[in-house]
Amino acid sequence: MEKLFEDFSLGLFFWQAVLFIALILLLKKFAWKPILDSVNSREEGIKNALDSAEKAKLEMQNLQADNEKLLKEARLEREAMLKEAREMKAKMIEDAKTDAKEEANKLIAAAQASIETEKKAAIAELKSQVASLSIEIAEKVVREELSNKDKQMKLVESMLSEATLN
Amino acid sequence: MRRKITVKTITLLLLLVSFVTYGQEEHGHADSGSDRASEVKAYIQHHLKDSYDFNLFSWTADSGEEKHFGFPLPVILWDGGLKVFSSSKFHHGETVAEVDGNYYKNYHGKIYKTDAEGTITYDNEHHATNEKPLDFSITKNVLLIMMVFAIMFFMFSRMAKSYKKNGGMPKGMGRFLEPIVLYVRDEIARPNIGEKHYKRYMSYLLTVFFFVWIVNLFGLTPIGMNVTNNIAVTLCLALITYIITTVSGNKNYWKHIFWMPGVPVPMKIILAPIELLGTFIKPFALMIRLYANITAGHVVIMSIIGMIFLFQNWLGSGLSFLLAFVLAILELLVAALQAYIFTVLSALYFGMAVEEHDHH
Amino acid sequence: MEIPAIVGAGLVVIGAGIGIGKIGGSAMEAIARQPEATGKIQTAMLIAAALIEGIGFAALFAV
Repeated sequence: MEKLFEDFSLGLFFWQAVLFIALILLLKKFAWKPILDSVNSREEGIKNALDSAEKAKLEMQNLQADNEKLLKEARLEREAMLKEAREMKAKMIEDAKTDAKEEANKLIAAAQASIETEKKAAIAELKSQVASLSIEIAEKVVREELSNKDKQMKLVESMLSEATLN
Repeated sequence: MRRKITVKTITLLLLLVSFVTYGQEEHGHADSGSDRASEVKAYIQHHLKDSYDFNLFSWTADSGEEKHFGFPLPVILWDGGLKVFSSSKFHHGETVAEVDGNYYKNYHGKIYKTDAEGTITYDNEHHATNEKPLDFSITKNVLLIMMVFAIMFFMFSRMAKSYKKNGGMPKGMGRFLEPIVLYVRDEIARPNIGEKHYKRYMSYLLTVFFFVWIVNLFGLTPIGMNVTNNIAVTLCLALITYIITTVSGNKNYWKHIFWMPGVPVPMKIILAPIELLGTFIKPFALMIRLYANITAGHVVIMSIIGMIFLFQNWLGSGLSFLLAFVLAILELLVAALQAYIFTVLSALYFGMAVEEHDHH
Repeated sequence: MEIPAIVGAGLVVIGAGIGIGKIGGSAMEAIARQPEATGKIQTAMLIAAALIEGIGFAALFAV
């Protein structure tokens, strides 16, 4: 310990203190500050670049996701539209079919009705014609028959025989 | 890769040259073994001390005259007025320097005021009792501090400029230095001080780290300048750490020293002086650690190098050489490690001073 | 009989040596157990070793 005090040199202490403090101040101004500042700004720049790259990547992903979504939506819409069209087509065909059927049924019914009336009319006419014809024939036959006495007699006889049987 | 090899080669060469230069010193005297041992011891002690001239090596010429290779440095004294003169006037402590009618003598690495004959008076314990003038000389160590000052300023201001020129990227030396700067920031300052406050202390931590490291590395070169094995230097560094810690201590820090929360009152009274003492012991340990590590490293390396000249046979000297070589490489690690430890502990103390506790 | 101070310093150095050895050994075990925490363990180890080392030096210089 004594040796330490003996070795102590005030002059060296003085110069060391002066020079070292001056060195700290000088280097602070001319070296450490600019060096640490530029290192900091460089590190920040790298960090920013990395951050923005990350951001761009994220944005890209978002964009892709958006695109996909849009595509999906479009596809869905198309499908819906197609479906609707198909349904409409089916409905239209259906409608047309039922309409046609109804019309046809109506026509058939009308036809049938008119056929019926025609038939009836025809039958009625036929009946009247058959009646008049039969009257004519009967007239002619009666005229023919009654022109001959024998024949008249015979008729009366057959009729009488028939009537007795009954 | 090529550059790496060059750096390695240069380091190796420096180490080898250091052995050679140390070696030249002792080789002149081929006396008996015990003489040589004491000479080695004296040389090591001399090497560890500061000196008033820059002396690379000395030898004794055939004529018996001592020759020195180096140059003198200015001596600045305050003794009733500023006195500046060249240390060559001392002639390596052999003569008395006369300035403005006053006489000064360099005795065992310290300047004393003497009479014209250079008489030194002693007290009972053989300590010189002569008056000592205030000494602000540019000694060998001050010269190295100035050199490191210039080197660091040149290196780091250039590095800062290269950032501007290259749009935020370092160039040349900065490529090597930037990871170290970032290491100090990310591994030393941030975890120990905390994200919120560390920026304020970066200048001091970076400066002290590089200063101690570079100065330690210079201590390993053969020019024989050891700044960090002077207690004055480490005291100065530790004192700055202490002052910064004390000044930036917040309410919490002082509360933990004087009125430790969460312990019973009698314990608080016992703990307060211990904690207060602790605040002084921490920078004191910081000072002693750096000083002692570097001094011990130098003493061990130089002793083992000295053993080469004591053995004077192939086996012993060869082994000593190998051991010294390995130790020199270890000292390279220690040079960086001590700078790191000093910085980490400083950061730790700052962190304690600014820490904001959640209530226990 | 008076024990020389250097003996006490030697004892302190032995103690410090054992302490640093234990720290180093424990750090090795910790690293082996959790290699991913190597950096943190090394830092803690160095700081603890430095603190003990301080005591050792204090003893040496007290002599």
